[in-house]
Amino acid sequence: MTRSALSGLAIATAVLIAGLLLAFTIGRYPVSLAELGNVLLAKLSGHRPDVPSAVESVILQVRGPRVLAAALVGAALAVAGTAFQGLFRNPLVSPDILGASSGAALGAVIGIFLSLGVLAIQAFAFLGGLLAVAAVYVIGSAVRSRDPILVLVLTGVVIGALLGAGVGLVKYLADPYNQLPAMTFWLLGSLSATNVSDLPPLFGPVAVGTAVLVALRWRMNVMSLPEEEARSLGVSTGPLRIAIVAAATLTTSASVATAGIIGWVGLVVPHLARSLVGPDFARLLPTAAILGGGFLLVIDTLARTAAQVEIPLGILTAVVGTPFFIWLLASMQRTWS
Amino acid sequence: MNIEGHDLAIGYPDRTIGRGLDIALATGEVLALLGPNGGGKTTLLKTLLGLLKPKSGEVRLGDKPLGNYSIRDRARVIAYVPQVHIGTFAFTVETVVLMGRTAHGTLFSRPSARDRAVARAVLDRFGIAALADRPYTMISGGERQLVLLARALAQEPQFVVLDEPTASLDFGNQGKVMNEIRALAKSGHGVLFTTHDPNHALRAADRAFLLRDGTRIADGPVAAVLNREQLEALYLTSVERLTDHTSGAVAFLPG
Repeated sequence: MTRSALSGLAIATAVLIAGLLLAFTIGRYPVSLAELGNVLLAKLSGHRPDVPSAVESVILQVRGPRVLAAALVGAALAVAGTAFQGLFRNPLVSPDILGASSGAALGAVIGIFLSLGVLAIQAFAFLGGLLAVAAVYVIGSAVRSRDPILVLVLTGVVIGALLGAGVGLVKYLADPYNQLPAMTFWLLGSLSATNVSDLPPLFGPVAVGTAVLVALRWRMNVMSLPEEEARSLGVSTGPLRIAIVAAATLTTSASVATAGIIGWVGLVVPHLARSLVGPDFARLLPTAAILGGGFLLVIDTLARTAAQVEIPLGILTAVVGTPFFIWLLASMQRTWS
Repeated sequence: MNIEGHDLAIGYPDRTIGRGLDIALATGEVLALLGPNGGGKTTLLKTLLGLLKPKSGEVRLGDKPLGNYSIRDRARVIAYVPQVHIGTFAFTVETVVLMGRTAHGTLFSRPSARDRAVARAVLDRFGIAALADRPYTMISGGERQLVLLARALAQEPQFVVLDEPTASLDFGNQGKVMNEIRALAKSGHGVLFTTHDPNHALRAADRAFLLRDGTRIADGPVAAVLNREQLEALYLTSVERLTDHTSGAVAFLPG
């Protein structure tokens, strides 16, 4: 690993640590770094922490799950975006390119419409995302074309539009006083209702999907070449594409099921990570994961603290992401390095 | 070892481009594929590479049908050098060359120390070792063509198939690539390349295969096949033949 790649990873790690410290200490009930250190050290060594119990409960019960969820969701979206950008050889691609987000959105609003419990809504969202991508894949593969990638992307756009219409219909039919606000809030993305029980169903799929992508990291480099080149280098592109799409969809669906729809992270963070360590997936994937976690922690801390009410995450990421992306376009016109 | 196409019909699911084609390439020889645009050169190339299935007939590699090879085994015997492209992501030159080692690894493996040694050796062979850490997107077109050649050799293949290797290169780099193609045959590789310039075939190839509208016009030693009449029939234009009186070398001019 070159020195610049190492320092890139160090920068990403610094962002994550800064994000963690900010997220734990800032809020309606401020916590000092000393108190945070005390509680975490005590927790690790099994002693009783030497701080008021309110502080301990803020750190461990109130903020802890939310901090972990934010880091995981940010990492998951960044990893999925990195994988899809490579697979589709297009740096403008985001994790919802194949309909994962719109499928999850339709699943969630149906769950809310049916007045289901939180876990059932999350399960609906998760399955909705997986089913949408599976449908896109089956339809896209059935269309015979010389450019399977393009057909897949176009199918994703079309199915995504149809699912968006479905979301619109359910919102239109929903009870405007109870259900509609819940749907709107969910569609804009939030971690405010996160508690400990949300973590395992988030962590499991994210860990599995990320592990698959990391294991395939060298093949993913080759998959970012044109199809025929990848095949002539000895890669079975068809099965490998299914594996990558499945893994990235798993992480995306799990994070959307937990946090709702949060755009931009999966688009912007892979770019940042690539500018830090270059395009080799062996370095890019871990860097993007770490940076994505740190990025969403900062965003989520802003969401909690910037205004009197919680700001939806999707709105904040758009406000931060749009100018950033314009800057990126202007500064990187030579290559997509 | 040979790559042989027997009575091939080539094309895509929705249309047939060529019929009744017999073609063979042995290790240690260079075969140039010439013909006008749309005549089926690239389609024939991709069929021989196994990237397209023949619509009828059979491609054989050694003593087995090409279709019996796995994608990975095939990549250890035949390497493909596509037309020079810029690439989407700024991989380093070394990484691009290492991608040629993919078929020698397993599904989850990263390049090994031996893979890196092979990559370094081929970079040295083409005199581009100094570019190893440069982004592939930031080097010149001629350098990119050499990198793609290096990647093909990193596959340690017996055959190298090149799609218009001189198309986007300046005069000097065209000469360089011609020389490398000769050198490949000398080191025992079978080389097939397409070109729009009969002079490149004269310079680098042992045999030429002339393809027009999906049909073979001629196939044989360049000195026998590349003459004014054949080229006029191939390109439907008048052709002038020039001879250098000191060396006896021949060149053709169109129009």
